[in-house]
Amino acid sequence: MTTTPSLHEDQPQLSWTRYLGFSTDAKVIGIQYIVLAFFFFLIGGFLAMIIRGELLTPPADLVDRTVYNGLYTMHGTIMLFLFIFPVLNGLNNLLIPTMIGAPDMAFPRLNTAAFWLVPVFGFLLIASFFVPGGPAYSGWWSYPPVSIQNPLGHLISGQSLWLLAVALSGVSSIMGAINFVTTILRMRAPGMSLFRMPVFCWTALAAQSLQLIGLPALTGGAVMLLFDLTVGTSFYRPEGGGDPVLYQHFFWFYSHPAVYVIILPVFGVFSELFPVYSRKPLFGYVYVCLASFIIVGLGLIVWVHHMFPSGVTMWMRNLFMFTTMLIAVPTGVKVFAWLGTLWRGKIQLTTPMLFCLGGLINFVFAGITGIMLATVPIDIHVSNTYFVVGHFHYVIYGAAVMGIFAAIYHWFPKFTGRMPYEGLGKLHFVLTFIGANLNFLPMHPLGLMGMPRRVSSYDPEFAFWNVLASLGAFLLGVSIIPFLLNMISSWARGPKATHNPWNAIGLEWLLPSPPPVENFEEHVPTVISRPYGYGTGLPLVEHQAEIERQLILQEASA
Amino acid sequence: MTPTPISINRPAVIAVSLWVGLLIGISRWVGLQSYHWFPVQASTAAPLVDGLFSFETAIGTFVFLAVASVMAWVILRHRAEKYDASDAEPIEGNTKLEIIWTAIPFVLVMAIAVYAMKVNTSLGVLGPMEHIHLADAREQQGGYAGDRLPAESIEVVARQWSWEFRYPEAGVSSTELHLPVDQPVTFRLVSEDVLHGFFIPAFRLKQDVIPGRAINFNLTPTRVGRYRLRDSQFSGTWFAANQADVVVDSQEDYQAWLKQAAHLPLQAGISDAVAEYQQRQQQTRTPGWATVKPAPPPQVNVPGSNALPHDA
Repeated sequence: MTTTPSLHEDQPQLSWTRYLGFSTDAKVIGIQYIVLAFFFFLIGGFLAMIIRGELLTPPADLVDRTVYNGLYTMHGTIMLFLFIFPVLNGLNNLLIPTMIGAPDMAFPRLNTAAFWLVPVFGFLLIASFFVPGGPAYSGWWSYPPVSIQNPLGHLISGQSLWLLAVALSGVSSIMGAINFVTTILRMRAPGMSLFRMPVFCWTALAAQSLQLIGLPALTGGAVMLLFDLTVGTSFYRPEGGGDPVLYQHFFWFYSHPAVYVIILPVFGVFSELFPVYSRKPLFGYVYVCLASFIIVGLGLIVWVHHMFPSGVTMWMRNLFMFTTMLIAVPTGVKVFAWLGTLWRGKIQLTTPMLFCLGGLINFVFAGITGIMLATVPIDIHVSNTYFVVGHFHYVIYGAAVMGIFAAIYHWFPKFTGRMPYEGLGKLHFVLTFIGANLNFLPMHPLGLMGMPRRVSSYDPEFAFWNVLASLGAFLLGVSIIPFLLNMISSWARGPKATHNPWNAIGLEWLLPSPPPVENFEEHVPTVISRPYGYGTGLPLVEHQAEIERQLILQEASA
Repeated sequence: MTPTPISINRPAVIAVSLWVGLLIGISRWVGLQSYHWFPVQASTAAPLVDGLFSFETAIGTFVFLAVASVMAWVILRHRAEKYDASDAEPIEGNTKLEIIWTAIPFVLVMAIAVYAMKVNTSLGVLGPMEHIHLADAREQQGGYAGDRLPAESIEVVARQWSWEFRYPEAGVSSTELHLPVDQPVTFRLVSEDVLHGFFIPAFRLKQDVIPGRAINFNLTPTRVGRYRLRDSQFSGTWFAANQADVVVDSQEDYQAWLKQAAHLPLQAGISDAVAEYQQRQQQTRTPGWATVKPAPPPQVNVPGSNALPHDA
């Protein structure tokens, strides 16, 4: 792996080994997050391959039932806590300082600590495969009493390591959230008022506020569960006067908003990329910004829709059905804004644009099944069935992961200084889009027919759709190969990237590729207009022509 | 869907109207198709749930196809020419459109919610909170008009991993659930260990069974047949094998079954988990990871079967 010679004269040569050690540079930490997240993505994906292999046939014949339960639990846990949250924090680290013109995060050492907790709790989780009795097997929800049954009775069990890891993950995310929120609120470039801030930063601010409000509930709930498991307290133990349903409230009070923590930044990515590749301003910028915070507000009062069959009262069922339905309104505002942006644009079907378009249509599908799930009588039938599994995989893989891929292809040149290959990128898109739909669409009929989720065996009438889903899953497994090839080869010897290869508008595109350690250093440009001024001819910052001319000169002399 | 008010173009208006008409037609058809995606309807709840789902499927199909149409049109017709790197005409927004596309979804989802709330009320499977308690099930009348009191009250005991059904009046117990057709039934759901889910897909009903609580749950089967009861809340190692059959009988068959069952001696009921666990113990090296030991099979009058062909 080579490093590009720095474009700033006063810049020392940077070795790639800085990615292996403790760094306080947000751009290094960002790449550390993303690379580590994809390492865990491969592990989580491998577990998914075994899961779909088991479900290829009705009986439990590939792995033992105990192993199946451990695998699906760890698949969900790894994908959420070790892939998607870290990869998004990686994007936050790369994009937030460069987009707002800050030299780094507000608290660089807190940032380092937050990152290095990830390999620590990642190690704990992976280590839990090797403790006596195997890893946690009670699902990523870890509902008691199953999660506190502890068949071997050891203090160190898969479940106790799992809970420790989740609590540490919560601590790490809270540290990250404090940093992101502070940076966005306090370190914007001169002239960048909130309504001149890129939508990605708006969505990151919204998502990280949710982390700050919600995570204490989950972390506290998990610690109480750990006490029930290890020292015999009875917070959730019915025979000791505890209430197992109480845990569900703690868990979903955070874990439903967690979905918005994941999807909001992806909405941010869509809002950044559609204007670039349609060559048009974002339609209704202010409404898109505000919609994120309406989603935050509503997102905090919908959690009981995960518990409709748990024995909640009728008035709660009805109330939470209404609040959940309302989420469709701000989300719809965003979807229509993106369509308005595309309309009469000059569409360029680049790899990032394809991932955005694919992610958008998958998201619309997920939104419709989401409305169905909000409807109490339908939810009563399909909750805890494959219909729900299909719905959230459309959200998480079909929309969020596709959006993350779009972001990686789009900002790859900025932070590595190299261009990714378009051909491999498009192949990656086609395989991902077909694979995801083939994998997750068949889960909906399965759920309607009554196949419960988390089963290691099933009745023969479910075989047909399961075979299709498994084929889709294996295709998704293959789809990651062109992505990895693309990333490794283009980072090592891809064509050099200019400072603005996509002709995009934004502070990050007024920096060299890759940006120097302190970004703009003391020469932070003054923002004079709203983002996404495509076709308006308005400059984003003062002296923009001069800044761009210098960047081009530097590139020519390099 | 035209984001900018352009001068009225008659052919375009006609084409868009025809297209919307076609989408409405397709959506209605998909909505009707959706009835076939479910198992047979075997309870009073099923037609209500399926009807609501069909309604939402039709609306959802229309929204999805409309969005997909706009995207397809844009991709086909608004592509940048090769080597055209110029910007498009800057349209920054339109407040009137924002109001429209906030108001229409709002009205739509509220309409769905009100419809669903009505269905909820007529389902009335679970009454208000006072109905979840440790009292005798027969005190309850939740969800029924005063003149249609549930004829039968059946106690359902969920365990890791078996289902036991007790008929206190007849003094019968079974691991196969028998119900009379067209008669309201009240269940008293209890769990002896962890959370379980009482889920009968053909009835479209589901209720978690929560240790430490007794939950009254009402339903009325409407179709004679054999259906699956599945555990729907993850309950540990043999969660997937925790299935029982629900047999809906005619009135006479049901009474005959009860009468006959009352004379049978107690014997071990169905527990697939116990059978698998014993096999597992016989192996020289226990496969896999740690598991909780299954509860012994319940002692019942009628074990029944969970291996016969079922309607859903």
